[in-house]
Amino acid sequence: MDWQAIWLSVRLAVSTTAILLALGLPIAYWLTFSPRRWKFLVEALVALPLVLPPTVLGFYLLLAMGPRSPLGALYAKLTGGMLPFSFQGLLLASVLYSFPFTVQPVAAAFAGVDRKLLEASWCLGVSRAATFRRVIVPLSLPGIATGAILSFAHTLGEFGVVLMVGGNISGVTRTVSISIYDSVQALNYAAASATSLFLLCVSFTVLALTYALQRRIWAVWPIN
Amino acid sequence: MADQLICQCRKRLSKAFEVEADLRIPLRQAPVTVLFGPSGSGKTTLLRMLAGLERPDAGSIVFRQRPWFDAARAIHLPPQQRRAGFLFQDYALFPHLTVAENVAYAASRETARKLLDTFGLAELAASKPRAISGGQQQRVALARALAAQPELLLLDEPLSALDAPTRSRTRHELRRMLLACGVPSIVVTHDRMEAVALGDWMAVMVEGRIRQTGPVQEVFRRPADLQVAESVGVENVLAAEIVGRESGLLSLQVGGARIQCVDSGETGAVFACIRAEDVALTREMDQLSSARNRLAGRVRAVIPEGALARVELDCGFPLVAMVTAQSAGELALREGEHVSAVVKATSVHLAVHTSVVPPERPALQ
Repeated sequence: MDWQAIWLSVRLAVSTTAILLALGLPIAYWLTFSPRRWKFLVEALVALPLVLPPTVLGFYLLLAMGPRSPLGALYAKLTGGMLPFSFQGLLLASVLYSFPFTVQPVAAAFAGVDRKLLEASWCLGVSRAATFRRVIVPLSLPGIATGAILSFAHTLGEFGVVLMVGGNISGVTRTVSISIYDSVQALNYAAASATSLFLLCVSFTVLALTYALQRRIWAVWPIN
Repeated sequence: MADQLICQCRKRLSKAFEVEADLRIPLRQAPVTVLFGPSGSGKTTLLRMLAGLERPDAGSIVFRQRPWFDAARAIHLPPQQRRAGFLFQDYALFPHLTVAENVAYAASRETARKLLDTFGLAELAASKPRAISGGQQQRVALARALAAQPELLLLDEPLSALDAPTRSRTRHELRRMLLACGVPSIVVTHDRMEAVALGDWMAVMVEGRIRQTGPVQEVFRRPADLQVAESVGVENVLAAEIVGRESGLLSLQVGGARIQCVDSGETGAVFACIRAEDVALTREMDQLSSARNRLAGRVRAVIPEGALARVELDCGFPLVAMVTAQSAGELALREGEHVSAVVKATSVHLAVHTSVVPPERPALQ
């Protein structure tokens, strides 16, 4: 089993999930509560990675990150490094690729919070930001947990985008799925099957946990 | 003049329906104002505009000389800056917080603890909202609103989430609490007995418009137009005092006269409510029956209203009767004539009403 690849994937998945929670919660809030008419465009944009082939997303990302693009040039100027074929580049790609997996469950949870509770909080003099933190987030914990778990699992198993953007550099961009592909190409079926089984078990456990959370088999807070 | 809520605003809700409120509430004379009207008349929308939860299309809202909303000057204070406590119909308590945490949501623990004691909620402090009864939830919601030290309380159908027996018990209780907290309140209701029991001042809303405002008794006695009369439904709301109680009947002193009604356990100062249709007129002065109130009166005015005639009497207190135009003719009713008004004891409905306004805000804070 390629422990180095597993460790890299776990690091990537944890970082991606953390960044997605920080970005996804405000965006989910905006998508749920904004009265803007054109927000369907943002919704479509966020959901795009669900239907777009990973190679297409990876291709555009590669173009966007290249040293001749504004983003790539800016990054090179700031850090002196390059985004493609680096862990940072991989992280950026993973964040974009898993965006809908965080935003959609979280937005669904936000939409499920009784609007009167928010209005009650506002009328008590509590700001919108504090209401978000004290009412919306605690009442949406199952949805937020679902979003985090799905993003984590999705990043752990991603292949196409990684291949396009990160390539196959051991310890830098060689994730679990790339490692498996590599093993199969090299006809090393024993290594491929061990790593595959590991990924299968992790994915199943994570999904089982998610559905258990949603059905409140283990309530996040006790129901009196 | 300073102590007023002046609301002149409108909001279009659909092509066919517009809420247009022209309302002036003297906060000192009217600790509790009832916003009364049939379902779908726009009461809740008006209340939400006052709270800052809905933005009117035009007009202005001024509370104690402070503009809350002014379309011309592009002022629209958010709810956070209005300091108007809002009680939702189903109370909207935070389900993930305990009773104590709910009350302390926008206040210090110390203030919250005092309020929990005042409202008799200390024992429930650690319970979650869904574990307590509707009446208790209402008290928690009121305590939570008061903890934020509001300058105005807005209550949207505060009793409708309760079952019928609790509701009639809670009416009186709610009025007492609203008076005790010393914060002027506006209560939305479509129940006329609730309006009488809770309010000092009343604004009647029909089809999106405020049709009449004034002291509760006044509005009931002299509806401004037919639609107001239809929606308030009770023409006679009489301040009364219970002076006797025997074999299931109460004796009431109303002005210079006594009337009897069915005893449902009320005590103290009450309002006797009698619909004008339930007042029968006769010229015969005898045939006394124990279950009936027979009141000698003098006709003060006869006003024809289509097939009916509205007869205003003086029976030691003002009484309005509604009779058919035909019987008004047969009785030859004219101003100054003597008649008997007959009211069944079962047609007199009582609303308990605490009218004493405490001079100072009690020890809530």
